[in-house]
Amino acid sequence: MKPHTPAIGVLALQGAFDVHALRLAELGADATLVRKPGQLAELDALVIPGGESTTFLKHLERSGFYEALNEFVHSKPVFGTCAGCILLASEVTNPHQRSLGVLDIDVERNAYGRQNDSSILTTETSLPGGPLEMVFIRAPRITRIASGIQVLARRDDSPVLVRQGRILASTFHPELSDDPRVHQLFLDIVQSSTT
Amino acid sequence: MAENNGFGQHHDSSTGLRLKTGLAEMLKGGVIMDVMNVEQARIAEEAGAVAVMALERVPAMIRAEGGVARMASPRLIKEIMAVCTIPVMAKARIGHFAEAQILQSLGVDFIDESEVLTPADEQHHIDKHAFTTPFVCGAKNLGEALRRISEGAAMIRTKGEPGTGDVVHAVTHMRTIVREIKALTVLREDELYAAAKNLQAPYELVRMVAKAGKLPVPNFSAGGIATPADASLMMQLGAETIFVGSGIFMKEGSTPLDIEKNAAERNEAISRARAIVLATLHYDDPKIVAEASEAVIGSMKGLAAAAIEEKNLMQTRGW
Repeated sequence: MKPHTPAIGVLALQGAFDVHALRLAELGADATLVRKPGQLAELDALVIPGGESTTFLKHLERSGFYEALNEFVHSKPVFGTCAGCILLASEVTNPHQRSLGVLDIDVERNAYGRQNDSSILTTETSLPGGPLEMVFIRAPRITRIASGIQVLARRDDSPVLVRQGRILASTFHPELSDDPRVHQLFLDIVQSSTT
Repeated sequence: MAENNGFGQHHDSSTGLRLKTGLAEMLKGGVIMDVMNVEQARIAEEAGAVAVMALERVPAMIRAEGGVARMASPRLIKEIMAVCTIPVMAKARIGHFAEAQILQSLGVDFIDESEVLTPADEQHHIDKHAFTTPFVCGAKNLGEALRRISEGAAMIRTKGEPGTGDVVHAVTHMRTIVREIKALTVLREDELYAAAKNLQAPYELVRMVAKAGKLPVPNFSAGGIATPADASLMMQLGAETIFVGSGIFMKEGSTPLDIEKNAAERNEAISRARAIVLATLHYDDPKIVAEASEAVIGSMKGLAAAAIEEKNLMQTRGW
């Protein structure tokens, strides 16, 4: 019997969904763009991309999407980048806004400044294979993490790549780099939780 | 990094360009709205806009009132930046690099080198590689798009005919760009040199487009988009994000809706903004676009682009 290929969705309400889908496809995953709550039922895992979290929330407040997503992230593997990380957090500041609270961290929006303060850093992380390039765009900052959450990469003293069980989140954009390691890590998490 | 301005440094400007197009990626699938004051900016963000364009007068007013249209006042731009959590864009005149330097120093997230304002230079567009702030530029065809990209634009938008509420030229420009891209993909490698000559665009960029079948930067649409159906049309024709200028906050001619004192007009603006955001996301689902259209109260009266004299067109500014 052919092994089950996990069905991975990329939330495509707005933002960098195309590039995420491309990266996942390059790694052999089957990625679908998700624009309606009904699509979640067919998925094994979900990527929530970067974009504007306020716009995401507007769309989610329509036709029961928020509730369906809330249920999904509390039971399946999810990878959130930037705005996606904000959406998964327990508490959001600058300003306060609604979040799913499935990842026990606090996040401050636009914490490093505006677009002119966006930057690309290359540093050692906990991922094997040498330094990792990290693209920060109007990035948020993780200001608190609960004990037991794994910190896989840092920028100065702040965590920028964290894992809590089947939830993976980054404040940078691995989809904008050629390095596949972060997406591969997520696919490994998906594989281990669906088999 | 902030101190890296990329002046003449090819190594640094490639990092810079990735950050610039990176922000453009984050805006995909959304709506960027023109706003003239803090209250409009609040309505735009609340309706789900992915960014706002801060300006003194929307294109419909510039068209009706005439005069020289310049960069907005730094005071207005700062006020709008202070109330928005989403990116704030602002316009500089074509070729007016000093206005662009001011906008960069204010910290705006994107600069639109725009034909909506009165051009400041009849020969040269701004050297956009010299800035850390990303630029968006208008184009009517592929050659123009590639010339802007070679100057450092991180995002291209159709020009359309701004301030009209008539989508016809945005459609023409989008169809032209898409058709010219497709035409490049079927050429032989040795035919690309002549193609570059005909497009009046750098060979390397022409070759990149021929290979990828798309522009090397995101391709958005602007110029006359006024309704949810217009947004759906442009997205189906290949736009990746929608700019709405006069379509949300204008009543007729050069009169904006009174969102401060008139509750009905405020609700009208909110209904238009929300509906366009919804229709842009579900552009390929006519049922939802219909639902969005139904929720709209009123619309911009508009001006048929065909009735505008050639010399009054904005799209012919820039080259």
